[in-house]
Amino acid sequence: MGEVLVYVDHVDGAVRKPTLELLTLARRIGEPVAVFLGPGAEGAAAALAEYGAVKVLAADAPEFAEYLVVPKVDALEQAAKAVEPVAVLVPSSAEGKEIAARLAVRLGSGIITDAVDLEAGAEGPVATQSVFAAAFTTKSRVSHGTPVITVKPNSAAPEAAPAAGTVEQLSVSFSEAATGTKVVSRSPRESTGRPELTEAAIVVSGGRGVNGAENFSIIENLADSLGAAVGASRAAVDAGWYPHTNQVGQTGKSVSPQLYVAAGISGAIQHRAGMQTSKTIVAVNKDPEAPIFDLVDYGVVGDLFEVVPALTEEIKARKG
Amino acid sequence: MSLRIVVCVKYVPDATGDRHFAEDLTTDREAVDGLLSELDEYAVEQALQIADAADDAEVTVLTVGPEDAKDALRKALSMGADKAVHVEDDALHGTDVMGTSLVLAKAVEETGYDLVVCGMASTDGTMGVLPAILAERLGVPQVTLLSEVAVADGKVTGRRDGDAASEQLEASLPAVVSVTDQSGEARYPSFKGIMAAKKKKVESLDLSDLGIDEEQVGLAGAWTKVEEAAPRPPRTAGTIVTDEGEGAKQLAEYLAAQKFI
Repeated sequence: MGEVLVYVDHVDGAVRKPTLELLTLARRIGEPVAVFLGPGAEGAAAALAEYGAVKVLAADAPEFAEYLVVPKVDALEQAAKAVEPVAVLVPSSAEGKEIAARLAVRLGSGIITDAVDLEAGAEGPVATQSVFAAAFTTKSRVSHGTPVITVKPNSAAPEAAPAAGTVEQLSVSFSEAATGTKVVSRSPRESTGRPELTEAAIVVSGGRGVNGAENFSIIENLADSLGAAVGASRAAVDAGWYPHTNQVGQTGKSVSPQLYVAAGISGAIQHRAGMQTSKTIVAVNKDPEAPIFDLVDYGVVGDLFEVVPALTEEIKARKG
Repeated sequence: MSLRIVVCVKYVPDATGDRHFAEDLTTDREAVDGLLSELDEYAVEQALQIADAADDAEVTVLTVGPEDAKDALRKALSMGADKAVHVEDDALHGTDVMGTSLVLAKAVEETGYDLVVCGMASTDGTMGVLPAILAERLGVPQVTLLSEVAVADGKVTGRRDGDAASEQLEASLPAVVSVTDQSGEARYPSFKGIMAAKKKKVESLDLSDLGIDEEQVGLAGAWTKVEEAAPRPPRTAGTIVTDEGEGAKQLAEYLAAQKFI
């Protein structure tokens, strides 16, 4: 079986969950070889090995943090030339997609982005995508070069499958383009203590009906009672009630959690595009005609200012 | 010397319409009206603002697409772009992102540029990778996904708001930038702008003008293949209750039955 390069997404050496999902999917098409860039490979290797990485190719250099995207493309390109993989898988983050795209140009390969599932096929890996605001499902494959595929978070449940996970140093020589875009400064986002929106098993979102930034605490309290991430519709974000990083929809994040709770969200196409692949959808809205009710498994027609706080109390009581 | 700005825009099926695939599994561009991709309006807006801030600048709007794609160019011209370039060729039908980026790169070079401005993604394909690919092909820096952008002293600077951090970026011109929908509301074309646009030049180019072989583009030249496309099965109708004081309890019971609590 051929080797599959898996690009590791991590925060200061802590491997993020989408990478474990990628390792799980990679095993369907070959032997996963992880590529870890930046400091902390030795510490991360255990987790990567547990989920099936036979090898961890590691490189650390200041360029990875000081310049945008291209140094990582250089590293991944050199890893691909050394390994000659049957496919390269990259998490579908904003940066991940840009790394994958430039890599594909260099390898002379086609690229598929935002896959939600991956399986082995007679002519190479077949990727499932959810398109046209999730109204259609497509199956596609790369027909030229080494398939480069980015995969969305929550596309597979990570399954442990211990492998060697031997760390090998990858020596990287940087291209002239590597230092083209300087990262002059970086301000890390303050952690809310809640799960990452795209990775969360449960998402609770508020929309226009929340009617003010000060009322978003109602949404946050429900989210916290469920251990959920908080999302917001474009209307709520455009009104300045909640940060854009939490926007769910066509121009924000696309999420696919086990449970999606929509409060005060009418369910315009812009929003549906980002959440309608969720496994279970529930909604609270005072308008019985709101299109969100066409999507729900369970809907409550009612005032969110009464239903949501009462639901939060009910959940807390049940959880004891 | 004049600052030469090229804005890449896409003519897309209206995202609020009922979009489908054609029989050859390409995007059906007949059934739903087309328009300038909403996310590209932000690119046009930022290009115009950068041009306004410069001593001397020229904004060219560029698209690759069928005859109707001229509508997208007209919209950008009526917003205030100076001229337009339309790459149109029957052989382009079914071209994927690799082919499109090749055509755009050649057309950008042919036009001459100091700065290329793109939207964050198209509203039909939604890949969001074209700006990065264009930078790779042109061999210039990419300064992408900016919510703020400025050009001064031969440099482009901007703020990229990511999930983990907000980054301040800087690169020398020439460069490719992309801007998000957080970069600032796009202007509406004025009546004067619409009238002026009718007199602005739209240059038409085909593949031979750009020195591109037909084999490099089109459905046959694509490096990816869509094998199946099926409408997502409709969700089964759910239970809807009206809150008469028990709504929260009923919802909690449902969530408990589904093992979420």
